[in-house]
Amino acid sequence: MSVLVLADHDLGVLSPATARIVSAASTLGPVDLLVVADDAATIAKSAASLSGVAKVLTLKGSLVADSLATQLSTLAVRYHYVVASAGSVGKDVIPRLAARLDLMPVTDVVRILGPTSFERPIYAGNAVQTVTDTQDKHLLTLRASAFRPAAGGNAAPIEALDGSVQAVARLLSSDRTESDTADLATAQIVVGGGIALGSAENFQLVENLAKKLGAAVGATRAAVDAGYAPNDWQVGQTGKIIAPDLYIAIGISGALQHLAGIQGAKKIVAINTDPEAPLVKLADIALIGDLFEIIPQLTAELDRLGVKR
Amino acid sequence: MKILVAIKRVVDHNVRIRVRPDGTGVETAGVRMSMNPFCKHAVEAAVQLSEAGHGDEIVIVSIGPKVANDVILTALAMGAHRGILIETDAELETLAIAKLLAKVVEEEQPDIVLLGKQAVDDDSNHVGQMLAALTDRPQATFASEIKVVGAGLEVSREVDSGRQTLSLPMPAIVTADLRLNTPRNAALPMVMKARSKPLAVRPVAEFGVDLAPRLTVDKISPPAERVAGKTVASVTELAAFIADDVAQMEAL
Repeated sequence: MSVLVLADHDLGVLSPATARIVSAASTLGPVDLLVVADDAATIAKSAASLSGVAKVLTLKGSLVADSLATQLSTLAVRYHYVVASAGSVGKDVIPRLAARLDLMPVTDVVRILGPTSFERPIYAGNAVQTVTDTQDKHLLTLRASAFRPAAGGNAAPIEALDGSVQAVARLLSSDRTESDTADLATAQIVVGGGIALGSAENFQLVENLAKKLGAAVGATRAAVDAGYAPNDWQVGQTGKIIAPDLYIAIGISGALQHLAGIQGAKKIVAINTDPEAPLVKLADIALIGDLFEIIPQLTAELDRLGVKR
Repeated sequence: MKILVAIKRVVDHNVRIRVRPDGTGVETAGVRMSMNPFCKHAVEAAVQLSEAGHGDEIVIVSIGPKVANDVILTALAMGAHRGILIETDAELETLAIAKLLAKVVEEEQPDIVLLGKQAVDDDSNHVGQMLAALTDRPQATFASEIKVVGAGLEVSREVDSGRQTLSLPMPAIVTADLRLNTPRNAALPMVMKARSKPLAVRPVAEFGVDLAPRLTVDKISPPAERVAGKTVASVTELAAFIADDVAQMEAL
């Protein structure tokens, strides 16, 4: 059963999510990893090193959905599975590709039970759906955070394909969040902040603690709406879904919408003034008190204990 | 310019849902229903475009049981002009929904089709993209800003790396994210007026679309329960817990 995986990349670098999608997809069959980019050479090199990859394919093009779906529909003929990460590119293109091929996709998969059986969360993670897909071809998006990454050390062959397609929609500009913290969707530790931080300046408390722990920074929808944090830091049903080993929630009460994004976390720590907050009830460890007193003390104490990553 | 907005009636997003113990689904009987929040942002975007002189007519379409009339009335009260209910009691897959909407697009020929980016019940996030493929139109999903520029649109999208702006010619498909706008609450006179706006109810069979499901849902289960944790009394204890957890973490 042959599998085509669409690689995620940004600024000429392979995204950490791809290693996780490859490891999950390789349980379905040998994986050809497709890199679509204007200049795919560097990305293809890191793609070829992932264990489980049989071949890396490169194709000139953009990640705009209309042209990408056209390119994928041509390639899909040769595969039983077409798989992408459930990030902004996969979510944009896989349903479009599915309708072109008259197939029903299975998206946001968190568990592969067998070649045709998959689990996906619904109702913001408050229920889990088990689906069987007996169509001749399977189109999937997988949540990277639910799978372990593939190892490196491989040297798969790289093959350049022809077939550039002109996109109808045109990318005018990208407005990126400059940050030196870890990738949120795949981070091992995430420090999240809520509306209780009170301002963008105060939100730096969260960022500083994250830096100390080598963690990614997350935020609630309310904190993003208030302008304390950029939109791509939002964690929840409508933002990013995370599954770190450790999630530290600071001043977050735990709206249903936010809880949907953190249910995969192995351990949850909550710091909050309200002992009745849903997130405090959900946490493995909670400390009740004023975050503005606790965070500087916690940072100092972690220093004293020599915690550094 | 004509704008078509497709909306869905779902379990109200404030309701704590209950999974049926027999695994057949989520309990919806006697549960408060309302317009999917993302669809509300799509309706608001259409009304704002119209108020800015970019839409002479806003048509609302929903697919569902007779009672789904109520969300169409909400959209009409927000400022849309007429509604279409494609009536069915079946739970349709997103591909079937997109095929029905493609028929409506063929009839109505809208310049812009607006949808919510996902429905908060099945969390699929499919229909806009599928409709764009079936009608061979460009798409801008997860929109946080829509501007009409000449004969096209400039749409800012929320993506993994931040925001990006696409330029697309009309006709086009746009799906709404939450930061696109703040949906209005219709005032009582508008609610009254909505009842006199045209609302066509059409049986699903009229559209001649194959609605047979492609996937089998084997079961719906509740998520794994988390074990209740404990509260610590001091920062020292909390720091020790974090330090211990970090030390045990497997290196990736």
